Amino acid sequence: MRKVAVVGAGMTKFARRALETPKELSYQASKAALDSAGMKLKDIDCVAHGSAPDAFDGIHQKGEYLADGCGGWNKPTMRVFVGGATGVHAIAHGWYHVASGLADTCLVVCEEKMSSAMPHAQAFFLTIFDAITERALGLNLIWIFALEMKRYMERYGYTKEDMALSAMKNKNQGLKHPASQFYGGNELTVEDILNSEVMASPVSRLDVSPVSDGAAAIVLASERTARRLTDKPVWIEGVGWCLDTAYWATRDLYYPRYTEIAARKAYKMAGIREPHKEINIAEPYDPFGYKQLHHMEGLLLSPKGKTVELLRDGHFDMDGNLPMCPSGGLLGVGNPIAAAGTLKLCELFWQLRGEAGERQVPGNPRLGVAQAWGDLMQVSSVVVMGINNA
Amino acid sequence: MSKKVAIVGLGYSSFRTTSQDVSYREMIFEAATKCYEDAGGVHPQDIDAFVACSEDFMEGISIADEYVPDQLGAVLKPVQSITGDGLQGLASAAMHVLTGELDLVTLSAFSKASNVLHYANVVSYACDPTYVRPLKENPYFIAGLEMNRYLYETGTTEEQCAMVTAKNKGNALFNPTAAYGAKIDVKDVLQSDPLFSPLKYLDKSQDLDGAIVFLLASEEKAYQYTDKPIWIKGLGWATDTPNLDNRLDGMGDAVYARLAAQKAYEMAGITYPRKEIHFAELDDTFSFKELQHLEALNICSRGEAGKLLEQGVFSKNGDFPVNVSGGSLGVGYLHEANGLQRLMEVVLQLRGEAGKRQLDDVETGLAFAWRGIPTATGAAAVLSSRY
Amino acid sequence: MDHKEFIRGGTALSEDEIKSGKIFVEEDALDCRYAWDTGVAIGRYLAELKKGKIIAKKTNCCDRIMIPPRMFCELCYRPSGAWTYVQDTGVVNTFSISNIYYDASRVPSGEPNPMPAVIEIDGASKGMGIMHLLGEVKPEDVKIGMKVKAVWKPESERTGSITDIEYFKPY
Repeated sequence: MRKVAVVGAGMTKFARRALETPKELSYQASKAALDSAGMKLKDIDCVAHGSAPDAFDGIHQKGEYLADGCGGWNKPTMRVFVGGATGVHAIAHGWYHVASGLADTCLVVCEEKMSSAMPHAQAFFLTIFDAITERALGLNLIWIFALEMKRYMERYGYTKEDMALSAMKNKNQGLKHPASQFYGGNELTVEDILNSEVMASPVSRLDVSPVSDGAAAIVLASERTARRLTDKPVWIEGVGWCLDTAYWATRDLYYPRYTEIAARKAYKMAGIREPHKEINIAEPYDPFGYKQLHHMEGLLLSPKGKTVELLRDGHFDMDGNLPMCPSGGLLGVGNPIAAAGTLKLCELFWQLRGEAGERQVPGNPRLGVAQAWGDLMQVSSVVVMGINNA
Repeated sequence: MSKKVAIVGLGYSSFRTTSQDVSYREMIFEAATKCYEDAGGVHPQDIDAFVACSEDFMEGISIADEYVPDQLGAVLKPVQSITGDGLQGLASAAMHVLTGELDLVTLSAFSKASNVLHYANVVSYACDPTYVRPLKENPYFIAGLEMNRYLYETGTTEEQCAMVTAKNKGNALFNPTAAYGAKIDVKDVLQSDPLFSPLKYLDKSQDLDGAIVFLLASEEKAYQYTDKPIWIKGLGWATDTPNLDNRLDGMGDAVYARLAAQKAYEMAGITYPRKEIHFAELDDTFSFKELQHLEALNICSRGEAGKLLEQGVFSKNGDFPVNVSGGSLGVGYLHEANGLQRLMEVVLQLRGEAGKRQLDDVETGLAFAWRGIPTATGAAAVLSSRY
Repeated sequence: MDHKEFIRGGTALSEDEIKSGKIFVEEDALDCRYAWDTGVAIGRYLAELKKGKIIAKKTNCCDRIMIPPRMFCELCYRPSGAWTYVQDTGVVNTFSISNIYYDASRVPSGEPNPMPAVIEIDGASKGMGIMHLLGEVKPEDVKIGMKVKAVWKPESERTGSITDIEYFKPY
């Protein structure tokens, strides 16, 4: 297999309402990523971009609309989507462009602008449900996550406080991310989260990541090109993705088996046998506090039902055995759906190269995993990225 | 390309103008079942990955990729969706295989256009929301602009465009899957209702429902599933700018087709496409598009396609048959599945399974799809029965 | 090199800057309508709901009773078998008490909270559930494992929709 490296990363700040259009956000992230790789658009063979639903922007064929903002003018350009998992999946999409030998370099861009949807982006999530058997019930997206969270907590006897602790960890970590909607803001306590407005029990407002606008991009290159461009390439060691049935109400929601299958594929490709020992940093998908714990179990990085214990023991702290979401994640930085997944790819790139500034995980991390999740609580995409520190 | 990818299975539902008796899931299940049977009865759980092509607004579902796995047998498998034409999906699926990590990949696309009640609105939502859409024009005006400019730049005539419709609808009479076959002549087209001048009603293809599924395999695995693998020799796809007013070569040319073909020919090692390729199935969403695309795909020079058409070169018994299936004008417009209908015809012809419209001695074929107005995106694939 | 250099743009606006007209916006209310073909399986499901019954489908390959019914078993990838009625009762698999409606607007005080739930339908295979709403129960009394029964709309008001069941209530 042809080795593929990440050689650049860039992103916009995430904002509740951004001045820029979706194209402009895509441009800003793409240009930053190219600059970080020391490349020009002419050095890019193809563009692999991602964005989640078209409904937020009210733009049909949004991939076509975004193409020039993503640098895809007069290039092979292809948009991928797997719902909320798009942002991490985009690296797999870019990976096969290069690993197949059809391209030497690939610009991977993910963008989402949710503020254009009026009066609130949440209303548009109704259209993700089955048009005939579910939509008439007037569902809210948060409801189904509440159902999953409830099931997860019930199964292991986890409390609201446990879940709030998980959310607090990322919210406070995010204050250190320059792209965060809350950069430099005040720290939250578990009480703040527990006392925030109940949206749909057990989900309270501060258990949820914010609605955001933003874009993020990375640059991929074949081994030969990567070595010419940088002495610190970050390698894509493994990718995996998996989609479960759309009949989500017929699944037991306490465990994300699709995440485990996706992770096993990525680990196999990366030659990882004991992920909880070999992985140095994890960026699990965290749109809600409970989700990152749920995903750590699915990623085989924490034993089922033991994750809260490890969280409370500091295992997942920045100086713990397995730092979790050093970026601050979706909870701490913001959640422009597809771009939020790519935020995690940028974070691994910066962490593995030792360029993460005040968020830098100590001890020269060598291997990181990022994961995103989406659709009807149904899909995960997983990537393992590594650097040779020798 | 050091490795090779083959098409080893093909299945399709019946194509119809309406399909009220089946849900899209049931329609895709029919196509996929046929595809897996065509590939020697492979069970979908033995397939490594799945690629689907769809657009949210065409389905009326946000993140429509959710509803892909069940009807393809892809529950708990690697599945992803491309918002693109089926031929872009083909490129994605082929790249999956070329990585060497995946051996068997399913590709699917479908159209339930009959379920979209406000199709013109949907197309207008593809236009820039802040400076094209506020004009509140029916978006087909763009096709009128493109056609007018193309005729002006190349000297192609409205009669020649009309001849494309007559040819393709005539070809469709020999294709049992085609919904819009008709025996008509140039005059019928010229006298049909004006849409956006010079575009007329019969210059435009009409919607169709249907699902098409393919199975791709690596070189190592191909013969396990079929005796007649069809090899993917070249692939290319490209996007010009989505902005109507600053396309590279203006409104009259199809730069996306030129760039996509260049890539595909380069990969396939083709220097003289008209000689080295034996027939083509290419986008004819509008009649003039067939001529414009033939030129952009370097099958002939600019301004020459209309004349060659008049000489019968592109007829089914001509030197270089084009859209023997009937194309979109004759078969119908399948939206995201358009490119797969083209690919289907190329595969059937190369396998020698095209029935009454079977071409003699064809070994290499070209499929080309365009994403429709207002886009400037296209994808090309060169296929061959020869290893 | 510091990553801060590669974080650019994403200029934050306040809601007020838009409302006051300082920032121009182009408004458009989308109008796209669909008439989705319900097909064989869901078409029959809806027709039976109109009659006040819940119908499922058996699989011959793996002996499941599937609800909602499907024309094929998505796991074995075989056409499904006979139609079979299931009960209009079930068990709450998981639930939520909501203070928001679908569009994130708040439930006004005094109005009932929507109570979405996954209900495992009696007579279907274990774990086969559907999404619906709970009613005639105080939020604090709802429990996982609670037995519930469908409350049907009067026959004259049923339209062949999932909303022909108004909600499920404990019994």
